[in-house]
This record gives sequence, C-alpha cells and structure tokens, in this order.
Amino acid sequence: MMPEETETVQQTRAPFPWRDKRIARNNRIRKLKWRIIAFLAVLSVIVVLYPLLDMLYLFAYKGLTLISLARLTQTTTGGTGVGNAGLANAIAGSALIIGMSSLFAVPLGVLSGIYLAEFAGERDRYAGMVRFVSDVLAGVPSIILGYAGFFVFVLYFGWGFSAVAASLTLAILMLPYILRTTDVALRKVPDSIREGAYALGSSKTDMINRLNLRIALPGIVTGILLSISISVGETAPLLYTASFSNYLPSALFHSPVGYLTYVVWTYSQLPFAQANDLAYLAAFLLMLIVVLINLVARVGMRRFMKI
Amino acid sequence: MRHADRAYRYVTTVASGSALLFLLMIVIVLAVKSYPSIVVNGLKFFTGITWNPSLNGELIRVNGVPTLQGATYGAGVFLFGTLVSSAIAMLLGVPAGIGIALFLTQVAPQRVSRMVSFLVELLAGIPSVVYGFWGLVVLLPLLLQVIEPAMASLFFWVPGLNGQPYGAGLLGSGIILSLMIVPIVASISRDVMLQTPLELIEGGAALGLTKWEITRKIILPYAKTGVIGAVILGLGRALGEVMAVALVSGSALNALPNSLYSPINTIAAFMAESLDSAFTDPSGMYVSALFELGLLLLVITLAVNFIARLLIKQGFVSKAETVIKV
Repeated sequence: MMPEETETVQQTRAPFPWRDKRIARNNRIRKLKWRIIAFLAVLSVIVVLYPLLDMLYLFAYKGLTLISLARLTQTTTGGTGVGNAGLANAIAGSALIIGMSSLFAVPLGVLSGIYLAEFAGERDRYAGMVRFVSDVLAGVPSIILGYAGFFVFVLYFGWGFSAVAASLTLAILMLPYILRTTDVALRKVPDSIREGAYALGSSKTDMINRLNLRIALPGIVTGILLSISISVGETAPLLYTASFSNYLPSALFHSPVGYLTYVVWTYSQLPFAQANDLAYLAAFLLMLIVVLINLVARVGMRRFMKI
Repeated sequence: MRHADRAYRYVTTVASGSALLFLLMIVIVLAVKSYPSIVVNGLKFFTGITWNPSLNGELIRVNGVPTLQGATYGAGVFLFGTLVSSAIAMLLGVPAGIGIALFLTQVAPQRVSRMVSFLVELLAGIPSVVYGFWGLVVLLPLLLQVIEPAMASLFFWVPGLNGQPYGAGLLGSGIILSLMIVPIVASISRDVMLQTPLELIEGGAALGLTKWEITRKIILPYAKTGVIGAVILGLGRALGEVMAVALVSGSALNALPNSLYSPINTIAAFMAESLDSAFTDPSGMYVSALFELGLLLLVITLAVNFIARLLIKQGFVSKAETVIKV
C-alpha cells in the first residue's frame, strides 16, 4: 500500500518541482517563526525572573544575617544612626493596624458580598452600582486614600495621627477585595444546594449561614488573606494617618503608630549603616509575611476547596 | 419572608452602602479641598512647570481666596513624569508580560509552568516599597555605572538618549514600574489564553497551522479583550504608584527631564513627599494645590478604567469567531 501511494503523490507533483521546494522553504520559515517567538518568550521570563530572584536573595541574605533578638525586641530611636536598636515598635504597630483594619473591613466586605450574591436580584440596580463603585474604589491610587483619610479621620474627626485613623483608611483599601471575593465565592455555590435547603424548610438566613457561607468559606478566606497581604505592604495610606512613632503603640486615638513599611521607606535613604540595616531587616520581614500569606492562601486553601 | 431574613437583608444592604459612602467621601474631600487652588491657579495648574509655594511671601487674596504673594503652582513636571514613566513601563512591561503568558501556556512543560507561575504571582505580592529599596541599592548603581553610559555612547546620535547618566530618573522609574505591572499582565493574560476553546486550537492544528499561527490567529484574538483589560489594569497601577517611584525617581522639581536618564517626579510620589511641608503655608494654598494634584490623579486613573470598560464592552470578543468563520 504505502510505496504505491508515495509513487502517485510524486507523480502528481512531478510537473512542478520548483513548487515543492518553495513549499518546503515556506514551511521551514513558518516553523522558524515559532522558534523565534518561543525564544523571545523564554527571554522575557529570564529578564523578569532575574530581578525577582536577585531581590529575594538580597533581602533573604541581609535579613538572615541581621536578624537577632535585640533587633526584634527593642524599638527604633530616631534616625541618627547610633541608637537604631530594633523594630519592635514597627512590628507591633503593623500588627495593630492590620488587625484593626481587618476588624473593620472583613465584616463590611463579607456582609456586602452576602447582599450582592444572595439578596440582590439579577437586575438589581443598587447591586450593580455597588459592584461598579467597588471596582472604582479598587482602582483609586493609595496615596489618594491616604489624603482622604488624613483630612476626614485625622483633621475633621479630630482623632489625630492614630491607629484608628490609619486602620479605617486601610480598611477602605481592603474592602473592595473582600467584597468581590465573597460575592464571587457565594455565587459559585450551586443553586441545587439552595433549592435543597428550601425544600427541607430552611429559612434564608439559615441557608446562607449554615450552608452557603460554609461552602464558600475557602474562597472568602483566600480573599481576606490576599487583602491582608496587600495592606501589609502599603505605605502611602499610612504616611499621613499613622505618621510614625519610636514607641510601642499605647493608645488608639491621638497617638502616632510605627509600622514596617515606613522603616524601609525612610531608613533606606539615611546615610547611616545601622539605619540601613534596620531597613533591610524590615524589608525581609515584609517579604516573609507576604510570601507566607500567599503560600497559605494559594496552597492551603486549594487543598480545602477540593474536600 | 421571616423576620430574621428581613433583618439579615436589611443589615447586608446597609453594609454594602459602605463602598458607596467611602467613594463619596473621597470625591467630596478632594473636590472641597482643591477648590481654592482651582479658583486661584486655573488652567496654569496643568500647563505650568514651576512649583513654587513662595513660603516667605505676603498673605494676599486672589478672587477672595487667601494665598501667598508670588506663589505659583504648575503640575506640568509631575504630570509629565507620571505619564512618561508609565508609558516606558508599558513599553517594557506589556511585551514581557505577554511573553511570559505565552511561555506559561504554549512553551513550557506543565511542571516548569507551574513553578514560574508561582514566582510571577510572588512578584505581584512584593510590597512596592521593597521594590523601591531594591531599585535604590541594586538598579540605580547599575544604571548609573553600566547601562546608562553604554546606552549614551551607543545612541550618541539620538536626542534624549545621549544625555548625562544620572541613575535616579526616568529610566529607573520606568524599569521598576514595568517590573510591577508584569505580573498583572502575565497572570491575567495566561488565564484568558487558557480559556481558548480546545476545539478551535485542535481545528487549527488539523488544518496544519504551526504553533505560532495557532497562537497568532486563534489564541491571541480570543484572548484580546482580557489582555487589553490586563494592560489597562497595569497602567492604572503604574499611574498611581507611590513608594517605588519616590525612591528611584530623583525627585525633580521645576525642571522637565531633558533625557531618558534625567530625574523626574510623579504626581503620586510628590503628594507622598510633600503634605507635611505644605502645612507651613499659612494661607493653606499649598495643601489645596496638593489636593488638586490628587484630584487630577483620580481623574486620570478613573478615565483609564472607563476606557478599559468601554473597549471591553465594544466587543473585541467576536473577533475569534469571525476568524474561524472566514
């Protein structure tokens, strides 16, 4: 069979041998094009990953050589080099601000998401507006949030530079992420579950709290964790709401708070080696926190979702 | 509906108003606080390049609004720096992001793809101030000592590329910003490329298309909407970025860059650096001008978002279908 077939093919092509050559050359060029694109794709991966790996290496190396109990338990003492002892105030302040802003943003975001996914109808105009506004809010540059928070919370409400002003401002940044992920996660819950709940005589409240929220929980928690990891790394909204303090946080109102990103931002620019060391250590801690949260969110939650 | 359900509905409705309330608060604050600056500075605010609060000037009134004698507020330098550094970031970051997405979906075996995906997502999570710090201690010395002199001597005949190497400036800001938008572009592009229906790809392969032709004629048209959305999202992030740029921009004031290496400043970075010193102005005009900068930045970023929505609504989506039909 086979030899015969090739023979007939050769016969039909015989009158135009140059055409065969042209097609073969054309095919080589067509394949070469993909080779070039694939090479460029690999190149772009290398070009982008090199700085990332360099960054990870630099801060991991510096951080691991600099980390010590003293640097974690003593506080910063101003920017003059000699007494830049440790990051305790910044670590405590960051934890306080993130904790409080989660306290504001998580209930608001999750409740809003529940409204959007469970109570609003398909063509609910108000719900459409909330979704739109939350998208807009997610696109507002963080320094603008900082300015608004400064004017409203620090000056107008008269709370001064404080943990409350800072965490409310950060909560505005976190809200759209939590709202969106809750909305999406709840809408992924199949309707058959809702129908089953109703058929068993459940109230809507029970259905949402006992079934839908539980099923959607991994998605919601992932959204919350990611929004926390974003706000851990924020500086701009805090500059004029938390200001900075060299002391451990002592009060919620009228008391500036230190935080890690501020240490990186200012101490990296100071001409003192000891200040720079603290900046390196703070950057290392920030990266560590962010990487850990991302790992837990992506790997841990994926496992939960399968069950 | 039972009482508990009604209460639940009521509570969640009120909670979902918080997003509206916050946005309203931001817009009102910016409008109210920038009003004096809008009245006094007018259109010169957008065209002028001199930012001089003239803090020793006498307190006078212009159109009934207090300001200082001789104060001029021109946002031109910051506007230019914002737009051009973002443009450079897009120029470098968008091809790299799409290239990575192609690598992840078309080139790499699944194991490698998963690892690189994770690293790229890690890049997205790194705090911007850490990017800035790395830029300050690694990128800027490299630019100043190696890259910029090399480029300047190689392109000695191109205006704008043959300037004095400076380190902190336009090029450095563009590179840092491009690193920050790559993960956005790459991960969203990857997701939409993966959604291309398999029968279209198989159909293309059955017709004897090469991998590049399948990518070019089937996957890219199908993914176009999503990729554009990703690019615009990245642009939004680049325009509003503060800390990374503030550390590597060189903080220019009152001078436009005369080459790719000159110091610049952006609206967001300048806002972050200046609010505390603005309170030394007794007339409040400095603070008001900063809030007007914020309003300008908000308008630009929102316009970018609206354009993205319009583009997506106009329906590039049908493009893939037409390709197949023809």
